[in-house]
Amino acid sequence: MSHANGSHTTAGTAIETKNLSHAYGIQQALREVSLTIAGGSMMGLLGPNGSGKTTFFRILTTLLQPSSGTVRVMGLDPNAAPHAVRQQLGVVFQDTALDDELTVEENLRFHGALYGVPSAVLSERIGTLLDRFGLTDRRSAYVKTLSGGLQRRADLCRGLLHRPKILLLDEPTTGLDPAARHAFWQTLRTVQQQEQMTIILATHLMGEAERCTDVGILDRGRLVVQGPPAQLTSDLGTEVLLLETPEPSALQDRIEAQFGVATQQVGAMVQITEGAKQELLTSLYDAFADQITSATIRKPTLEDVFMAYAGYHLNRRPTDTPIAPPANARS
Amino acid sequence: MHAVASVAALWRREVIKFVRDRSRLLGALIQPLGLWLLLGLGFQQTFQIPGAGASGMNYLEFLFPGIIALMILFTAIFSTISVVEERTSGFLQVAVAAPLSRTVLVFGNALGGTTLAVFQAALFFVLLPLIGFSVGLPGLALVVISSIFLGLAFTALGFGIAWRMKTTRGFHAVMNLFLLPLWFLSGALFPAEGASPVLAWLIYLNPVSYGVDLIRQGLYWPAEAPIALASVGLSLAITAGLAVVLLAWAVYTVRQPLYGEG
Repeated sequence: MSHANGSHTTAGTAIETKNLSHAYGIQQALREVSLTIAGGSMMGLLGPNGSGKTTFFRILTTLLQPSSGTVRVMGLDPNAAPHAVRQQLGVVFQDTALDDELTVEENLRFHGALYGVPSAVLSERIGTLLDRFGLTDRRSAYVKTLSGGLQRRADLCRGLLHRPKILLLDEPTTGLDPAARHAFWQTLRTVQQQEQMTIILATHLMGEAERCTDVGILDRGRLVVQGPPAQLTSDLGTEVLLLETPEPSALQDRIEAQFGVATQQVGAMVQITEGAKQELLTSLYDAFADQITSATIRKPTLEDVFMAYAGYHLNRRPTDTPIAPPANARS
Repeated sequence: MHAVASVAALWRREVIKFVRDRSRLLGALIQPLGLWLLLGLGFQQTFQIPGAGASGMNYLEFLFPGIIALMILFTAIFSTISVVEERTSGFLQVAVAAPLSRTVLVFGNALGGTTLAVFQAALFFVLLPLIGFSVGLPGLALVVISSIFLGLAFTALGFGIAWRMKTTRGFHAVMNLFLLPLWFLSGALFPAEGASPVLAWLIYLNPVSYGVDLIRQGLYWPAEAPIALASVGLSLAITAGLAVVLLAWAVYTVRQPLYGEG
Protein backbone atom coordinates (compact mmCIF):
# COMPACT_ATOMS: atom_id res chain seq x y z
CA MET A 1 0.00 0.00 0.00
CA SER A 2 2.87 2.39 0.46
CA HIS A 3 4.32 4.34 -2.43
CA ALA A 4 6.48 6.32 -0.11
CA ASN A 5 8.05 9.12 -2.04
CA GLY A 6 7.10 12.56 -3.23
CA SER A 7 4.77 14.85 -1.32
CA HIS A 8 2.41 15.30 -4.27
CA THR A 9 1.37 11.73 -4.70
CA THR A 10 -1.66 10.25 -3.04
CA ALA A 11 0.52 7.97 -0.97
CA GLY A 12 0.44 8.05 2.77
CA THR A 13 -2.60 8.12 4.94
CA ALA A 14 -5.75 9.83 3.75
CA ILE A 15 -7.81 9.29 6.86
CA GLU A 16 -6.98 8.06 10.29
CA THR A 17 -9.35 7.70 13.21
CA LYS A 18 -8.62 6.52 16.72
CA ASN A 19 -11.31 5.28 19.09
CA LEU A 20 -13.87 7.42 17.34
CA SER A 21 -17.22 7.33 19.10
CA HIS A 22 -20.38 9.29 18.76
CA ALA A 23 -23.71 9.23 20.53
CA TYR A 24 -26.86 11.10 19.63
CA GLY A 25 -28.13 11.51 23.15
CA ILE A 26 -28.33 7.95 24.42
CA GLN A 27 -28.13 6.42 20.95
CA GLN A 28 -24.63 5.18 20.35
CA ALA A 29 -24.00 5.60 16.61
CA LEU A 30 -20.25 4.96 16.46
CA ARG A 31 -18.26 2.88 18.91
CA GLU A 32 -14.49 3.15 19.18
CA VAL A 33 -13.81 3.10 15.48
CA SER A 34 -10.08 3.00 14.74
CA LEU A 35 -9.49 3.02 11.03
CA THR A 36 -6.70 3.90 8.65
CA ILE A 37 -7.46 4.59 5.02
CA ALA A 38 -4.46 4.62 2.73
CA GLY A 39 -4.05 7.35 0.16
CA GLY A 40 -5.12 6.26 -3.32
CA SER A 41 -7.24 3.38 -2.09
CA MET A 42 -10.90 2.78 -2.65
CA MET A 43 -12.41 2.02 0.70
CA GLY A 44 -15.88 0.56 1.01
CA LEU A 45 -17.72 0.96 4.28
CA LEU A 46 -20.20 -1.88 4.27
CA GLY A 47 -23.08 -2.06 6.68
CA PRO A 48 -26.85 -1.86 6.83
CA ASN A 49 -28.74 1.37 7.46
CA GLY A 50 -28.02 2.63 10.92
CA SER A 51 -24.63 0.96 11.19
CA GLY A 52 -22.85 4.30 11.55
CA LYS A 53 -21.82 5.11 7.97
CA THR A 54 -23.71 8.39 7.78
CA THR A 55 -22.45 9.46 11.18
CA PHE A 56 -18.91 8.67 10.10
CA PHE A 57 -19.33 10.83 7.00
CA ARG A 58 -20.82 13.67 9.02
CA ILE A 59 -17.77 13.65 11.26
CA LEU A 60 -15.38 13.62 8.29
CA THR A 61 -17.18 16.55 6.65
CA THR A 62 -16.94 18.47 9.95
CA LEU A 63 -20.73 18.69 10.30
CA LEU A 64 -20.67 16.71 13.51
CA GLN A 65 -18.27 16.78 16.43
CA PRO A 66 -17.56 13.28 17.68
CA SER A 67 -18.28 12.55 21.32
CA SER A 68 -14.79 11.16 21.74
CA GLY A 69 -11.78 9.95 19.79
CA THR A 70 -9.66 11.63 17.13
CA VAL A 71 -9.88 12.08 13.36
CA ARG A 72 -7.27 13.23 10.88
CA VAL A 73 -8.17 14.02 7.29
CA MET A 74 -5.02 14.39 5.20
CA GLY A 75 -3.30 15.04 8.50
CA LEU A 76 -5.71 17.82 9.43
CA ASP A 77 -7.96 17.99 12.45
CA PRO A 78 -11.57 18.72 11.37
CA ASN A 79 -12.26 20.55 14.61
CA ALA A 80 -9.31 22.86 14.32
CA ALA A 81 -9.45 23.50 10.57
CA PRO A 82 -12.93 22.69 9.26
CA HIS A 83 -12.63 24.70 6.05
CA ALA A 84 -9.23 23.26 5.19
CA VAL A 85 -10.66 19.77 5.67
CA ARG A 86 -13.74 20.49 3.56
CA GLN A 87 -11.53 21.81 0.76
CA GLN A 88 -9.90 18.36 0.61
CA LEU A 89 -13.22 16.57 0.32
CA GLY A 90 -15.58 16.00 -2.53
CA VAL A 91 -19.00 14.74 -1.46
CA VAL A 92 -21.61 12.91 -3.48
CA PHE A 93 -24.76 11.82 -1.72
CA GLN A 94 -27.57 9.49 -2.55
CA ASP A 95 -29.67 12.47 -3.69
CA THR A 96 -27.96 14.57 -6.31
CA ALA A 97 -27.22 18.13 -5.30
CA LEU A 98 -28.12 19.45 -8.74
CA ASP A 99 -30.92 21.84 -9.45
CA ASP A 100 -33.46 20.48 -11.92
CA GLU A 101 -34.30 23.90 -13.26
CA LEU A 102 -30.71 24.77 -14.12
CA THR A 103 -28.53 23.42 -16.90
CA VAL A 104 -25.63 21.10 -16.20
CA GLU A 105 -23.15 23.89 -16.75
CA GLU A 106 -25.06 26.40 -14.59
CA ASN A 107 -25.10 23.87 -11.78
CA LEU A 108 -21.40 23.20 -12.06
CA ARG A 109 -20.52 26.89 -12.17
CA PHE A 110 -22.63 27.48 -9.12
CA HIS A 111 -20.92 24.79 -7.09
CA GLY A 112 -17.49 25.78 -8.37
CA ALA A 113 -18.10 29.23 -6.91
CA LEU A 114 -18.99 27.73 -3.54
CA TYR A 115 -15.61 26.01 -3.48
CA GLY A 116 -13.79 29.15 -4.52
CA VAL A 117 -12.63 27.84 -7.89
CA PRO A 118 -11.63 30.92 -9.95
CA SER A 119 -13.91 31.31 -12.95
CA ALA A 120 -11.22 30.94 -15.63
CA VAL A 121 -9.97 27.72 -14.06
CA LEU A 122 -13.55 26.61 -13.58
CA SER A 123 -14.45 26.85 -17.29
CA GLU A 124 -11.54 24.64 -18.22
CA ARG A 125 -12.21 22.21 -15.43
CA ILE A 126 -15.87 21.87 -16.37
CA GLY A 127 -14.87 21.20 -19.97
CA THR A 128 -12.40 18.51 -18.94
CA LEU A 129 -14.75 16.77 -16.54
CA LEU A 130 -17.75 16.80 -18.86
CA ASP A 131 -15.57 15.35 -21.58
CA ARG A 132 -14.26 12.66 -19.30
CA PHE A 133 -17.76 11.72 -18.20
CA GLY A 134 -19.18 11.75 -21.71
CA LEU A 135 -21.48 14.67 -20.90
CA THR A 136 -20.08 17.30 -23.24
CA ASP A 137 -23.19 17.31 -25.41
CA ARG A 138 -25.37 17.73 -22.30
CA ARG A 139 -23.56 20.82 -21.13
CA SER A 140 -26.51 23.11 -21.83
CA ALA A 141 -29.25 20.61 -21.08
CA TYR A 142 -31.54 21.13 -18.11
CA VAL A 143 -30.77 18.62 -15.40
CA LYS A 144 -34.41 17.54 -15.30
CA THR A 145 -34.09 16.24 -18.88
CA LEU A 146 -31.24 13.89 -17.97
CA SER A 147 -31.71 10.22 -17.08
CA GLY A 148 -30.97 9.11 -13.52
CA GLY A 149 -27.61 7.69 -14.55
CA LEU A 150 -26.52 10.85 -16.31
CA GLN A 151 -27.66 12.99 -13.42
CA ARG A 152 -25.54 10.89 -11.11
CA ARG A 153 -22.55 11.32 -13.38
CA ALA A 154 -23.10 15.07 -13.57
CA ASP A 155 -23.28 15.11 -9.78
CA LEU A 156 -19.98 13.26 -9.65
CA CYS A 157 -18.51 16.01 -11.88
CA ARG A 158 -19.80 18.48 -9.35
CA GLY A 159 -18.06 16.70 -6.51
CA LEU A 160 -14.75 16.77 -8.38
CA LEU A 161 -14.68 20.41 -9.53
CA HIS A 162 -12.27 21.59 -6.84
CA ARG A 163 -9.89 18.66 -7.26
CA PRO A 164 -10.56 17.02 -3.89
CA LYS A 165 -7.96 14.63 -2.48
CA ILE A 166 -10.70 12.46 -1.04
CA LEU A 167 -14.07 11.67 -2.55
CA LEU A 168 -16.87 10.61 -0.22
CA LEU A 169 -19.67 8.66 -1.87
CA ASP A 170 -22.78 7.88 0.16
CA GLU A 171 -24.82 5.11 -1.48
CA PRO A 172 -23.99 6.58 -4.88
CA THR A 173 -25.81 4.11 -7.10
CA THR A 174 -29.10 3.88 -5.23
CA GLY A 175 -31.99 3.98 -7.64
CA LEU A 176 -29.89 3.25 -10.73
CA ASP A 177 -30.64 0.33 -13.00
CA PRO A 178 -27.89 -2.29 -13.44
CA ALA A 179 -26.63 -0.81 -16.70
CA ALA A 180 -26.37 2.69 -15.28
CA ARG A 181 -24.75 1.27 -12.16
CA HIS A 182 -22.16 -0.52 -14.25
CA ALA A 183 -21.45 2.63 -16.27
CA PHE A 184 -21.11 4.64 -13.08
CA TRP A 185 -18.49 2.26 -11.73
CA GLN A 186 -16.55 2.28 -14.99
CA THR A 187 -16.37 6.05 -14.84
CA LEU A 188 -15.46 6.03 -11.18
CA ARG A 189 -12.47 3.75 -11.73
CA THR A 190 -11.12 5.81 -14.61
CA VAL A 191 -11.58 9.02 -12.73
CA GLN A 192 -9.85 7.74 -9.64
CA GLN A 193 -6.77 6.92 -11.67
CA GLN A 194 -6.79 10.21 -13.52
CA GLU A 195 -7.42 12.32 -10.45
CA GLN A 196 -5.20 10.31 -8.12
CA MET A 197 -7.51 10.45 -5.20
CA THR A 198 -8.82 8.36 -2.37
CA ILE A 199 -12.40 7.21 -2.55
CA ILE A 200 -14.49 6.28 0.46
CA LEU A 201 -17.78 4.68 -0.30
CA ALA A 202 -20.59 3.99 2.11
CA THR A 203 -22.85 1.21 0.94
CA HIS A 204 -25.19 -1.50 2.09
CA LEU A 205 -24.69 -3.43 -1.14
CA MET A 206 -22.24 -6.27 -1.14
CA GLY A 207 -21.66 -5.93 -4.87
CA GLU A 208 -20.40 -2.40 -4.45
CA ALA A 209 -18.11 -3.23 -1.57
CA GLU A 210 -16.58 -6.06 -3.60
CA ARG A 211 -15.36 -3.57 -6.18
CA CYS A 212 -13.31 -1.69 -3.59
CA THR A 213 -9.64 -2.26 -2.81
CA ASP A 214 -10.41 -2.27 0.89
CA VAL A 215 -13.53 -3.00 2.88
CA GLY A 216 -14.48 -2.07 6.41
CA ILE A 217 -17.54 -3.76 7.87
CA LEU A 218 -19.65 -1.73 10.27
CA ASP A 219 -22.06 -3.38 12.63
CA ARG A 220 -24.10 -1.21 15.01
CA GLY A 221 -21.43 1.47 15.13
CA ARG A 222 -18.49 -0.89 15.49
CA LEU A 223 -15.87 -1.56 12.85
CA VAL A 224 -15.78 -5.34 13.09
CA VAL A 225 -13.20 -6.10 10.42
CA GLN A 226 -11.19 -4.31 7.75
CA GLY A 227 -9.16 -5.62 4.82
CA PRO A 228 -9.10 -6.26 1.08
CA PRO A 229 -12.29 -8.09 0.08
CA ALA A 230 -10.44 -11.11 -1.29
CA GLN A 231 -8.62 -11.52 1.98
CA LEU A 232 -11.74 -11.13 4.08
CA THR A 233 -13.52 -13.84 2.17
CA SER A 234 -10.54 -16.20 2.00
CA ASP A 235 -10.14 -15.86 5.76
CA LEU A 236 -13.45 -17.70 6.04
CA GLY A 237 -11.96 -20.65 4.17
CA THR A 238 -12.65 -21.94 0.70
CA GLU A 239 -16.25 -22.84 1.34
CA VAL A 240 -19.04 -21.87 3.65
CA LEU A 241 -22.02 -24.00 4.57
CA LEU A 242 -25.43 -22.52 5.24
CA LEU A 243 -28.24 -24.55 6.73
CA GLU A 244 -31.80 -23.38 6.80
CA THR A 245 -33.80 -24.72 9.70
CA PRO A 246 -36.97 -24.05 11.68
CA GLU A 247 -35.02 -24.10 14.96
CA PRO A 248 -31.57 -22.61 14.43
CA SER A 249 -30.56 -22.47 18.11
CA ALA A 250 -31.42 -26.09 18.72
CA LEU A 251 -29.66 -27.26 15.59
CA GLN A 252 -26.65 -25.16 16.41
CA ASP A 253 -26.32 -26.72 19.85
CA ARG A 254 -26.60 -30.20 18.51
CA ILE A 255 -24.06 -29.71 15.77
CA GLU A 256 -21.58 -28.24 18.17
CA ALA A 257 -22.11 -31.00 20.70
CA GLN A 258 -22.01 -33.85 18.23
CA PHE A 259 -19.45 -32.68 15.65
CA GLY A 260 -17.40 -30.16 17.58
CA VAL A 261 -17.40 -27.50 14.84
CA ALA A 262 -17.99 -23.83 15.54
CA THR A 263 -21.27 -22.50 14.17
CA GLN A 264 -22.89 -19.16 13.83
CA GLN A 265 -26.57 -18.43 13.94
CA VAL A 266 -27.71 -15.97 11.31
CA GLY A 267 -31.42 -15.29 11.40
CA ALA A 268 -33.11 -18.57 10.55
CA MET A 269 -29.85 -20.08 9.35
CA VAL A 270 -26.82 -21.74 10.76
CA GLN A 271 -23.52 -20.75 9.17
CA ILE A 272 -20.48 -23.01 9.34
CA THR A 273 -17.14 -21.79 8.08
CA GLU A 274 -14.71 -24.42 9.33
CA GLY A 275 -14.08 -27.99 8.37
CA ALA A 276 -14.60 -29.91 5.12
CA LYS A 277 -18.11 -28.88 4.07
CA GLN A 278 -19.05 -31.68 1.71
CA GLU A 279 -18.27 -34.44 4.18
CA LEU A 280 -19.77 -32.50 7.04
CA LEU A 281 -22.97 -31.89 5.17
CA THR A 282 -23.36 -35.60 4.42
CA SER A 283 -22.96 -36.44 8.09
CA LEU A 284 -25.27 -33.64 9.11
CA TYR A 285 -27.99 -34.94 6.81
CA ASP A 286 -27.58 -38.39 8.28
CA ALA A 287 -27.91 -37.02 11.81
CA PHE A 288 -30.52 -34.25 11.53
CA ALA A 289 -32.31 -34.78 8.22
CA ASP A 290 -35.66 -33.77 9.72
CA GLN A 291 -34.32 -30.42 10.97
CA ILE A 292 -32.63 -29.15 7.84
CA THR A 293 -34.93 -27.45 5.37
CA SER A 294 -32.20 -26.65 2.87
CA ALA A 295 -28.42 -26.49 2.69
CA THR A 296 -26.04 -24.43 0.59
CA ILE A 297 -22.32 -24.75 0.11
CA ARG A 298 -20.70 -21.79 -1.56
CA LYS A 299 -17.51 -19.84 -1.97
CA PRO A 300 -17.54 -17.23 0.79
CA THR A 301 -18.80 -13.80 -0.21
CA LEU A 302 -18.65 -10.52 1.66
CA GLU A 303 -22.19 -11.29 2.76
CA ASP A 304 -20.83 -14.39 4.53
CA VAL A 305 -18.09 -12.27 6.05
CA PHE A 306 -20.69 -9.84 7.28
CA MET A 307 -22.85 -12.64 8.70
CA ALA A 308 -19.89 -14.30 10.37
CA TYR A 309 -18.99 -11.10 12.21
CA ALA A 310 -22.38 -9.52 12.77
CA GLY A 311 -24.57 -12.57 13.22
CA TYR A 312 -27.34 -11.41 10.90
CA HIS A 313 -28.02 -10.85 7.24
CA LEU A 314 -26.54 -7.73 5.73
CA ASN A 315 -29.86 -6.19 4.81
CA ARG A 316 -32.16 -7.96 7.21
CA ARG A 317 -31.18 -6.46 10.50
CA PRO A 318 -32.82 -7.58 13.70
CA THR A 319 -35.25 -4.93 14.81
CA ASP A 320 -34.20 -4.82 18.45
CA THR A 321 -31.32 -2.40 17.96
CA PRO A 322 -32.42 0.72 16.10
CA ILE A 323 -29.45 3.08 15.83
CA ALA A 324 -30.45 5.20 12.87
CA PRO A 325 -28.99 8.71 13.13
CA PRO A 326 -31.65 11.38 13.66
CA ALA A 327 -32.43 14.33 11.40
CA ASN A 328 -31.93 12.26 8.32
CA ALA A 329 -34.86 12.40 5.96
CA ARG A 330 -33.83 9.46 3.89
CA SER A 331 -36.13 6.59 3.28
CA MET B 1 -13.48 37.29 -2.36
CA HIS B 2 -14.60 33.70 -2.20
CA ALA B 3 -17.50 34.72 0.04
CA VAL B 4 -18.57 37.50 -2.33
CA ALA B 5 -18.41 35.19 -5.33
CA SER B 6 -20.46 32.62 -3.43
CA VAL B 7 -23.11 35.16 -2.44
CA ALA B 8 -23.25 36.25 -6.08
CA ALA B 9 -23.64 32.65 -7.23
CA LEU B 10 -26.44 32.00 -4.73
CA TRP B 11 -28.16 35.20 -5.80
CA ARG B 12 -27.89 34.27 -9.46
CA ARG B 13 -29.33 30.84 -8.80
CA GLU B 14 -32.40 32.31 -7.09
CA VAL B 15 -33.01 34.76 -9.88
CA ILE B 16 -32.57 32.25 -12.70
CA LYS B 17 -34.90 29.76 -11.03
CA PHE B 18 -37.52 32.43 -10.49
CA VAL B 19 -37.41 33.73 -14.04
CA ARG B 20 -37.73 30.19 -15.43
CA ASP B 21 -40.70 29.40 -13.26
CA ARG B 22 -43.46 31.41 -14.89
CA SER B 23 -46.21 30.01 -12.70
CA ARG B 24 -44.45 31.32 -9.64
CA LEU B 25 -44.05 34.70 -11.26
CA LEU B 26 -47.69 34.88 -12.24
CA GLY B 27 -49.00 33.50 -8.98
CA ALA B 28 -47.10 36.01 -6.90
CA LEU B 29 -48.51 38.77 -9.08
CA ILE B 30 -52.12 37.76 -9.58
CA GLN B 31 -52.95 36.89 -5.99
CA PRO B 32 -52.23 40.33 -4.53
CA LEU B 33 -53.73 42.02 -7.57
CA GLY B 34 -56.93 40.06 -7.13
CA LEU B 35 -57.05 40.77 -3.42
CA TRP B 36 -56.49 44.46 -4.05
CA LEU B 37 -59.32 44.67 -6.57
CA LEU B 38 -61.66 42.53 -4.49
CA LEU B 39 -61.23 44.44 -1.26
CA GLY B 40 -60.66 47.82 -2.88
CA LEU B 41 -63.78 47.73 -5.00
CA GLY B 42 -65.80 45.80 -2.44
CA PHE B 43 -65.35 48.32 0.34
CA GLN B 44 -65.35 51.32 -2.00
CA GLN B 45 -68.46 52.92 -0.53
CA THR B 46 -68.12 51.59 3.00
CA PHE B 47 -64.62 52.73 3.74
CA GLN B 48 -63.98 56.10 5.26
CA ILE B 49 -60.72 57.53 6.50
CA PRO B 50 -61.09 58.55 10.12
CA GLY B 51 -60.79 62.30 10.59
CA ALA B 52 -60.23 63.01 6.92
CA GLY B 53 -63.87 63.53 6.16
CA ALA B 54 -64.59 63.33 2.45
CA SER B 55 -61.01 63.88 1.35
CA GLY B 56 -61.66 61.76 -1.67
CA MET B 57 -59.34 58.89 -0.72
CA ASN B 58 -60.96 55.64 -1.73
CA TYR B 59 -60.17 52.19 -0.42
CA LEU B 60 -58.26 51.12 -3.53
CA GLU B 61 -55.86 53.96 -2.88
CA PHE B 62 -55.61 53.26 0.83
CA LEU B 63 -54.97 49.57 0.27
CA PHE B 64 -52.29 50.00 -2.37
CA PRO B 65 -49.22 50.34 -0.08
CA GLY B 66 -50.36 47.34 1.93
CA ILE B 67 -50.74 45.25 -1.22
CA ILE B 68 -47.20 46.09 -2.25
CA ALA B 69 -46.05 45.03 1.21
CA LEU B 70 -48.06 41.82 0.97
CA MET B 71 -46.46 40.96 -2.33
CA ILE B 72 -43.00 41.52 -0.88
CA LEU B 73 -43.76 39.44 2.18
CA PHE B 74 -45.08 36.54 0.15
CA THR B 75 -42.41 36.53 -2.53
CA ALA B 76 -39.65 36.87 0.05
CA ILE B 77 -40.93 34.18 2.38
CA PHE B 78 -41.78 31.64 -0.27
CA SER B 79 -38.46 32.03 -2.03
CA THR B 80 -37.05 30.21 0.99
CA ILE B 81 -39.44 27.27 1.01
CA SER B 82 -37.08 25.10 -1.04
CA VAL B 83 -34.59 25.33 1.83
CA VAL B 84 -36.64 22.80 3.78
CA GLU B 85 -36.00 20.01 1.31
CA GLU B 86 -32.62 21.08 0.03
CA ARG B 87 -31.19 20.93 3.51
CA THR B 88 -31.59 17.18 3.88
CA SER B 89 -31.41 16.18 0.25
CA GLY B 90 -30.04 18.27 -2.48
CA PHE B 91 -27.90 21.28 -2.83
CA LEU B 92 -27.79 22.59 0.75
CA GLN B 93 -26.71 19.20 2.03
CA VAL B 94 -23.64 19.62 -0.13
CA ALA B 95 -23.28 23.37 0.42
CA VAL B 96 -22.88 22.93 4.18
CA ALA B 97 -19.96 20.59 3.47
CA ALA B 98 -18.28 23.21 1.27
CA PRO B 99 -15.46 25.32 2.72
CA LEU B 100 -17.82 28.18 3.23
CA SER B 101 -19.34 30.02 6.16
CA ARG B 102 -23.04 29.35 6.48
CA THR B 103 -23.53 33.08 6.90
CA VAL B 104 -22.87 33.26 3.17
CA LEU B 105 -25.84 30.98 2.55
CA VAL B 106 -28.11 33.34 4.48
CA PHE B 107 -26.96 36.43 2.65
CA GLY B 108 -26.95 34.84 -0.79
CA ASN B 109 -30.50 33.63 -0.30
CA ALA B 110 -31.69 36.85 1.32
CA LEU B 111 -30.33 38.99 -1.49
CA GLY B 112 -31.79 36.66 -4.10
CA GLY B 113 -35.22 36.56 -2.48
CA THR B 114 -35.22 40.31 -1.93
CA THR B 115 -34.38 40.96 -5.56
CA LEU B 116 -37.35 38.88 -6.62
CA ALA B 117 -39.63 40.58 -4.12
CA VAL B 118 -38.65 44.09 -5.15
CA PHE B 119 -38.91 43.15 -8.80
CA GLN B 120 -42.45 41.87 -8.25
CA ALA B 121 -43.37 45.03 -6.38
CA ALA B 122 -41.94 47.13 -9.17
CA LEU B 123 -44.29 45.46 -11.63
CA PHE B 124 -47.10 46.97 -9.58
CA PHE B 125 -45.74 50.46 -9.91
CA VAL B 126 -47.15 50.72 -13.43
CA LEU B 127 -50.57 50.84 -11.80
CA LEU B 128 -49.68 53.97 -9.88
CA PRO B 129 -50.97 56.54 -12.39
CA LEU B 130 -54.24 54.63 -12.72
CA ILE B 131 -55.17 55.36 -9.14
CA GLY B 132 -54.03 58.92 -9.19
CA PHE B 133 -50.54 58.71 -7.73
CA SER B 134 -47.82 60.74 -9.36
CA VAL B 135 -44.73 59.63 -7.54
CA GLY B 136 -41.45 61.46 -8.02
CA LEU B 137 -38.03 59.85 -7.89
CA PRO B 138 -37.36 60.57 -4.19
CA GLY B 139 -40.73 59.09 -3.27
CA LEU B 140 -40.09 56.04 -5.41
CA ALA B 141 -36.67 55.67 -3.80
CA LEU B 142 -38.37 55.59 -0.41
CA VAL B 143 -40.75 52.87 -1.61
CA VAL B 144 -37.89 50.82 -3.01
CA ILE B 145 -35.74 51.20 0.10
CA SER B 146 -38.61 50.11 2.27
CA SER B 147 -39.27 47.16 -0.07
CA ILE B 148 -35.64 46.11 0.20
CA PHE B 149 -35.66 46.16 3.98
CA LEU B 150 -38.93 44.24 4.14
CA GLY B 151 -37.59 41.77 1.58
CA LEU B 152 -34.40 41.17 3.56
CA ALA B 153 -36.32 40.84 6.80
CA PHE B 154 -38.73 38.26 5.46
CA THR B 155 -36.29 36.17 3.42
CA ALA B 156 -34.20 35.98 6.58
CA LEU B 157 -37.24 34.99 8.63
CA GLY B 158 -38.23 32.40 6.04
CA PHE B 159 -34.70 31.02 5.81
CA GLY B 160 -34.38 30.67 9.56
CA ILE B 161 -37.71 28.92 9.88
CA ALA B 162 -37.14 26.69 6.85
CA TRP B 163 -33.79 25.65 8.32
CA ARG B 164 -35.56 24.31 11.40
CA MET B 165 -38.45 22.64 9.59
CA LYS B 166 -38.55 19.03 8.54
CA THR B 167 -41.42 19.27 6.05
CA THR B 168 -42.71 21.95 3.73
CA ARG B 169 -46.14 21.38 5.24
CA GLY B 170 -44.81 22.50 8.59
CA PHE B 171 -43.22 25.48 6.93
CA HIS B 172 -46.55 26.53 5.42
CA ALA B 173 -48.28 26.18 8.76
CA VAL B 174 -45.73 28.27 10.62
CA MET B 175 -45.60 30.89 7.91
CA ASN B 176 -49.35 31.32 7.91
CA LEU B 177 -49.21 31.70 11.64
CA PHE B 178 -46.68 34.53 11.31
CA LEU B 179 -47.30 36.10 8.00
CA LEU B 180 -51.00 36.78 7.83
CA PRO B 181 -51.40 38.35 11.30
CA LEU B 182 -48.32 40.46 10.71
CA TRP B 183 -49.89 41.77 7.56
CA PHE B 184 -53.46 42.10 8.87
CA LEU B 185 -52.19 44.17 11.77
CA SER B 186 -49.78 46.36 9.84
CA GLY B 187 -52.15 49.17 8.99
CA ALA B 188 -52.38 47.72 5.50
CA LEU B 189 -56.09 46.84 5.69
CA PHE B 190 -57.27 49.51 8.11
CA PRO B 191 -55.54 52.42 9.80
CA ALA B 192 -54.65 52.34 13.48
CA GLU B 193 -56.60 55.53 14.14
CA GLY B 194 -60.02 54.11 13.41
CA ALA B 195 -59.45 50.72 15.03
CA SER B 196 -60.32 49.65 18.55
CA PRO B 197 -57.59 50.52 21.08
CA VAL B 198 -56.29 46.97 21.36
CA LEU B 199 -55.88 46.60 17.61
CA ALA B 200 -54.42 50.07 17.35
CA TRP B 201 -51.78 49.13 19.89
CA LEU B 202 -50.99 45.92 18.05
CA ILE B 203 -50.50 47.94 14.89
CA TYR B 204 -48.15 50.31 16.68
CA LEU B 205 -46.20 47.37 18.13
CA ASN B 206 -45.95 45.51 14.83
CA PRO B 207 -42.67 46.43 13.13
CA VAL B 208 -44.14 45.59 9.72
CA SER B 209 -46.54 48.53 10.15
CA TYR B 210 -43.63 50.91 9.76
CA GLY B 211 -42.55 49.27 6.51
CA VAL B 212 -46.06 49.67 5.16
CA ASP B 213 -46.08 53.21 6.47
CA LEU B 214 -42.83 53.97 4.71
CA ILE B 215 -44.24 52.73 1.42
CA ARG B 216 -47.33 54.86 1.97
CA GLN B 217 -45.30 57.96 2.75
CA GLY B 218 -43.13 57.37 -0.31
CA LEU B 219 -46.18 57.27 -2.56
CA TYR B 220 -47.28 60.73 -1.41
CA TRP B 221 -43.82 62.26 -1.03
CA PRO B 222 -43.07 65.15 -0.75
CA ALA B 223 -46.64 65.85 0.37
CA GLU B 224 -47.72 64.44 3.69
CA ALA B 225 -49.45 61.08 3.57
CA PRO B 226 -53.08 61.20 4.76
CA ILE B 227 -52.60 58.55 7.43
CA ALA B 228 -49.02 58.52 8.57
CA LEU B 229 -48.08 56.20 11.43
CA ALA B 230 -44.79 57.83 12.34
CA SER B 231 -42.20 60.18 10.91
CA VAL B 232 -40.31 58.99 7.84
CA GLY B 233 -37.13 58.80 9.90
CA LEU B 234 -38.66 56.61 12.58
CA SER B 235 -40.38 54.31 10.09
CA LEU B 236 -37.12 53.95 8.18
CA ALA B 237 -35.18 53.16 11.35
CA ILE B 238 -37.67 50.55 12.53
CA THR B 239 -37.92 48.85 9.12
CA ALA B 240 -34.13 48.75 8.77
CA GLY B 241 -33.85 47.51 12.35
CA LEU B 242 -36.28 44.68 11.62
CA ALA B 243 -34.13 43.56 8.66
CA VAL B 244 -30.96 43.63 10.75
CA VAL B 245 -32.50 41.71 13.65
CA LEU B 246 -34.03 39.00 11.46
CA LEU B 247 -30.84 38.59 9.41
CA ALA B 248 -28.85 38.24 12.62
CA TRP B 249 -31.35 35.67 13.87
CA ALA B 250 -31.09 33.70 10.61
CA VAL B 251 -27.30 33.73 10.79
CA TYR B 252 -27.46 32.55 14.40
CA THR B 253 -29.87 29.80 13.41
CA VAL B 254 -27.79 28.36 10.56
CA ARG B 255 -24.62 28.46 12.61
CA GLN B 256 -26.03 26.02 15.13
CA PRO B 257 -24.79 22.44 14.75
CA LEU B 258 -26.85 20.60 12.17
CA TYR B 259 -27.15 17.34 13.99
CA GLY B 260 -28.00 17.80 17.61
CA GLU B 261 -27.65 15.50 20.52
CA GLY B 262 -30.62 13.51 19.36
